[in-house]
Order: sequence, then C-alpha cells, then structure tokens
Amino acid sequence: MAKTTKMAFLVQRAGYKSENPKLALTHAISSQSVEIYLEDGDTVVPVVAFVGEGVLNCKSGQKAMEVYGISSTESHLQNSLLCDLKVLVCKEDLARYGLTDADMPDASALGADTAIQVVPWEQIHAELKGADHLLFF
Amino acid sequence: MAKLTIGCFSSLVGSMSLDFAVKLAEAAVEKGHEVDFWMSGNATMLSKKGQKPFKDYSFLDKRIRAAMDKGMNMCACEACAEARGYHKEDTFDHPKFIRKSMDWYLASCHTADRVLHIGGE
Repeated sequence: MAKTTKMAFLVQRAGYKSENPKLALTHAISSQSVEIYLEDGDTVVPVVAFVGEGVLNCKSGQKAMEVYGISSTESHLQNSLLCDLKVLVCKEDLARYGLTDADMPDASALGADTAIQVVPWEQIHAELKGADHLLFF
Repeated sequence: MAKLTIGCFSSLVGSMSLDFAVKLAEAAVEKGHEVDFWMSGNATMLSKKGQKPFKDYSFLDKRIRAAMDKGMNMCACEACAEARGYHKEDTFDHPKFIRKSMDWYLASCHTADRVLHIGGE
C-alpha cells in the first residue's frame, strides 16, 4: 500500500549568520526527487513554515547575490514556489516586525502557480499536528 | 526493533550538538535499533578523515567508526561537504559511509519510525 509521509520544516531562526533557513528550503525542495529512493506510489509531502524570527527570512528585495555573491534566501523561496511547495508564514510574527503580505517574495513572474501564504499561527499549528515528522531549523 | 533517523547540522568544533547526536546514535545502535545518521551543513565536518584527538576538542572519529561497524548508516550531504572542501578523497573510507544529496535524508525519514532532527548553530 502506498505511503505518504508529511514532513514539516519549521524555520525559527533569522537568516543572519546562519544557513539554517536555506537548509530547510533545500531539504524541502529535495522532496521533488525523493521518489528515486522510495517504493512505487510512496511520496514525501513537505510543508515549510516560518515562525518567530524566522519570518525575517521572508522579506523581499534581498541582495545576497550583489553583496555576497551567493543566492539569497528569497531566491530559495522562489524556487520552493516554483516546485509548488506549501510555504506558510506566521501572520502574527510578521506583524511584530512591521511586515505584511506585501513584503513577501513572489515567483509569479517566474511562472510559479503558488504563492507564500501568510496565515494565523493556528493554521500553522494545525499543519504541524498533521505532520508525521517535525524538523526544526 | 525500530528504525531511527538522526539528522544533525551542527559542526564538530564549536558546538556540542554533534556530540549529543552521536551519543544518541550509539545508544540506539547498542539497543539493536536500525540507525541512519545524516550530516548536513557544518556537520559534514564529522566526515573528514584524519581527525586527531586533542583533549580540548571533540573527537568522535573512533566512536562513529565503531557505530558503523555495528551497522549504523552514515551519510553526508555531498553539496555541503564539497562547498567546504571535503571532497570524496578527504572523507571516511567505510562501507557504511556514503555521500548523497538531501533526498536521501527525506527518504530515510519516510521509512523511519522516529526522526530526531538536531538542528544547526
């Protein structure tokens, strides 16, 4: 019988001096190729949620390539959206930092069909409760 | 017996998280559980061969080799290792040690009874 494993990647840290947020996104994106290791019909479904200081990773207009010569967390977020990953951002924590939906990175211009969802904590909590495994970054 | 997947992202030097993860893996292996140990980010430092013991620093080389001898599977994120200059020839030579991309970790989590994800710095 086909098995689906839901994995929740919870990002709690800001992106400064830490590669954790990027690792969360790259690990979640790798769900796109995990089938090569699985039985036929099995699948891994990721959900990425940004909470606490982690929401600071989701500010658009990042210039990591210009300043540091490396890809930004914003571009990783856009890649996640291009892969149709579910990306949630905690609305209450975003408000604490004076950020809104309008500050979120977007990949529609690149052809993504999905967008970052700014949602109340209750909705993120429900996603975590429904996950088979929680991974904190 | 169960299957345990342990993922660690912390470096060998500068953090005790990797020591804790290895200790946990050793205990699980000793109890007869199947253990997959994934290293990503700075934790790939653990896969560097030629580590020398100093009393001021963590030295896990012998312990993880012993755990692998008892059946533990170890896998380092290939991209994370390469980015740090840990090339294939610089890493462990052990039949239970491999280098793969991150989907290996997700696949291991998929078949695990429990996942213990021990974050990074």
